[in-house]
Order: sequence, then C-alpha cells, then structure tokens
Amino acid sequence: MAWTNSEMADEVILFFKPFSSVNLGIGMPTAVAERIPENLQIMIHSENGVLGVSGRPTKQSVSPTLINAGKETIAVKKGASYFDSALSFGMIRGGHIDYCVLGAMEVDVSRNLANWMVPGKKVTGMGGAMDLVNGSKQVIIMMNHFSKEGEAKLLSHCQLPFTGLNVVDLVVTELGVFKPNGNIFEVLKLAPNTTKEDLKMSINILN
Amino acid sequence: MNPNNPKVFKDAKDALYDFQSGKTLMSGGFGLCGIAENCIDAISEMNVNNLTVISNNIGNSGRGLVKILVQDKIKKAYCSYVGGNPDLEVRMLNKKIEVELVPQGTFSERIRAAGMGIRAFYTPTGFGTLIAEGKEVKNFDRPCIMETALSADFAIIKAQKGDKFGNLWFKETARNFSPLMAMAAKITIVEVEELVEIGDIDPHEIHLPGIFVQRIFQGKNYKNEIEFLLLEKE
Repeated sequence: MAWTNSEMADEVILFFKPFSSVNLGIGMPTAVAERIPENLQIMIHSENGVLGVSGRPTKQSVSPTLINAGKETIAVKKGASYFDSALSFGMIRGGHIDYCVLGAMEVDVSRNLANWMVPGKKVTGMGGAMDLVNGSKQVIIMMNHFSKEGEAKLLSHCQLPFTGLNVVDLVVTELGVFKPNGNIFEVLKLAPNTTKEDLKMSINILN
Repeated sequence: MNPNNPKVFKDAKDALYDFQSGKTLMSGGFGLCGIAENCIDAISEMNVNNLTVISNNIGNSGRGLVKILVQDKIKKAYCSYVGGNPDLEVRMLNKKIEVELVPQGTFSERIRAAGMGIRAFYTPTGFGTLIAEGKEVKNFDRPCIMETALSADFAIIKAQKGDKFGNLWFKETARNFSPLMAMAAKITIVEVEELVEIGDIDPHEIHLPGIFVQRIFQGKNYKNEIEFLLLEKE
C-alpha cells in the first residue's frame, strides 16, 4: 500500500537531526512543514527571505507581506528572522542549510536531478533549485514514483535538462525510500505491502 | 522634483519623468509581495517599449508586471521562475519575448555584485546544466561557472517606510530583491507606504541606507494582494 503525502513527509522527517535548518521546495515538500514535531526544534528556511517558518497564520494575524517561496501566507515562530534575497541565498550557497527537500521530474543513479523544464513543452524555471541542490548539505527528493504516463521517474540517466549533477542524497516516493549511489538505487525502505516489482524499475538500476 | 529636497517626488509619474523606451528596469518583489504597485501602474500608462526587465517573476497570476508584459512593452526579461505566470510562459514558447532564466541565488548575487562593484564571481550553481553553456568553467574545490554582474538604468522598489533621505525599512518578507536592486541601478525610485521625516527611523532599524536611493515618493492605493491565502485550520 502506497504512502500518503503525509506519510512520505514523515519518512523525510526521519532523516532530520534536531536543531537543523531545512528548506522546503514548492508543491509536495510543503507537506513536510505540517508534520515536523515541535521537539525537533527545526528552523524552516524559505528562500524569499525568512528563517523560522512555523505554519499558517490565523485570520487575525495573516499578512500579505509574510509569505513563503510558494507565495502562500505563513506564520513564523519565536527566533525567526527576515532578510534580503542575497543573504538568503548566502545561507544556501554557503552551506548553512542542513537539508533541502525538493520535488523532481527525474532522478538518476548518478545522483543527477532534473526538475525545471521539458524542452518545447513546459518551462517553470529553476527558481532557487539549482542553488539549493549545490549548496545544501543534504538533498532529499520527495516526488511521485511515476510520471503521468506511468513511467518510473528513477532512471539510469536523466532524459530532461539537468538541475544539478551528482547532488541527490535520497529519494522518497509513495513506494519507498531510495539512495542513488552512483551505480544503482539502493532500496532503504519499501511502503507496506510494496514489492520491488511494483516499483517498475529496471533491475540493473535497483539492488 | 522638490527644490528643498531633490530626492522627494510627488508621485510615480513625477518620479518616472525621464524613463524611456529601451531602458533596463529592475523591479523588486517576490511574486506580488513587495512590488512597486504605483510605478508599475505608471509605466503601464506610459508610451514606452523595448524594455529589458530584471525581476524574479515578471509579475504573477495575471498581476504586477504582467500589466506591462501583456502590453508587449518588454523585449527581454531576466527572471528565475515563470511558473504561475502563464502570460510569460506562452510568450516565451512563442518567442515573443527573450527570456534569460537565471537561478535565483545567482540572480540575486549578480544584482548584489553590480551594486557592490564586483564584476563577476564563480559559483557551482548551474554547473553541468543548460545555463552553463558558453560560460567560463574554473575548478576550485569543485567546478564552478563564471557569472557576471547585472545592473540597470532604473530600479522601482517598494518599502513599508522611508525617510526623505531615502533610508528604508521593509516589512517581513517584502524585502527580498529590493535592497539589492536599489544598489545596482543608476536611478532607484522608491515608493513607500509611509514617508517620514529624516530622523524618524532609528539608525539601527534601517535596512537600506538612503545613499542607494535617488528618488522617493509617498505611494497610494496599495492593494498588497495575496496570491495564495492559507490559514490555520480551526
């Protein structure tokens, strides 16, 4: 049985050390923010200029100038800080962010990531992803296991334009947790009642 | 212009009096957060074209700089993200506009570099990707690409509070690219929700010293739109 988004978020959170800093990408990774236990004392960074995101505001406290990188309204916790984009990306590029959690279109065994464009079809832009994957201490990908066409998104070689080379540490999908090691994806964990056949991944890229 | 204080202007139109076709324009804000609403409206009413615009999103959700974009006044845009901006994406794919997509950290650092007098820098961001094409590669602890400073003729930015020397205070995450753009443009035009007297902002509280600001005016009719309103579940 596949994990829900919340259960996937919980799998991601298992890798977080207490008192660490985390940047969460747009889309699926935002589910992580809602699941982090308070006692872990995680500082959530959003690249538009805030460290210490805490969740959602109330009707009374909501502010149009307090948003995350997904342009959603947020609240902040005690100890939070605001800063400009250069300082924000200094935190990222300078290696001060412990973990980033990003969505992806494709990941390959060589730890390469593609998540910003489909040539001739779809361009979202890379936003902060190219900086995040090169600067964060650990890069965790949280994504659906299959594309809309039903193909596994864990590949031997990315087909789409790269976001970063040799950057991905872990991949969490609804079916399991995987570690690309340069040759294959190591299966660290499978969702309940999931078999390796359910992954529909070529046997030579799976251990 | 005010003869007693050459930095203080009446409104956006007054402050943009010499803005012309073909100019390079930086525009602060992340999505719709912290955008120079009055200046964008004023430019949408001006007869200018062939603009080069440097802004993280070039508007969003049909608003902000999208007003100028759909008038086809923009020839070239530098930005990091076009998701949530279908008006831009369609113009990109139809080649109606030239877009240079820049990774957001490189984007902010290129702007900061221009303001700081740094001509270029090396970063691992983008190495081995399409954006590295044609750029010098140099190996430090790992391979890096050279990125050059990004400057502009004009910057339009919005601050919550500013004094008549141009010292600025930004609210929450509305700061984003604005202080960097203020430093990188020849003429920085600032609109504020509260224009106060010199000395009214505590020097400790100043986010951007007024030396980087050439023109300032009291803005009006702010919408401060929220793109995605999400509230705590009750």
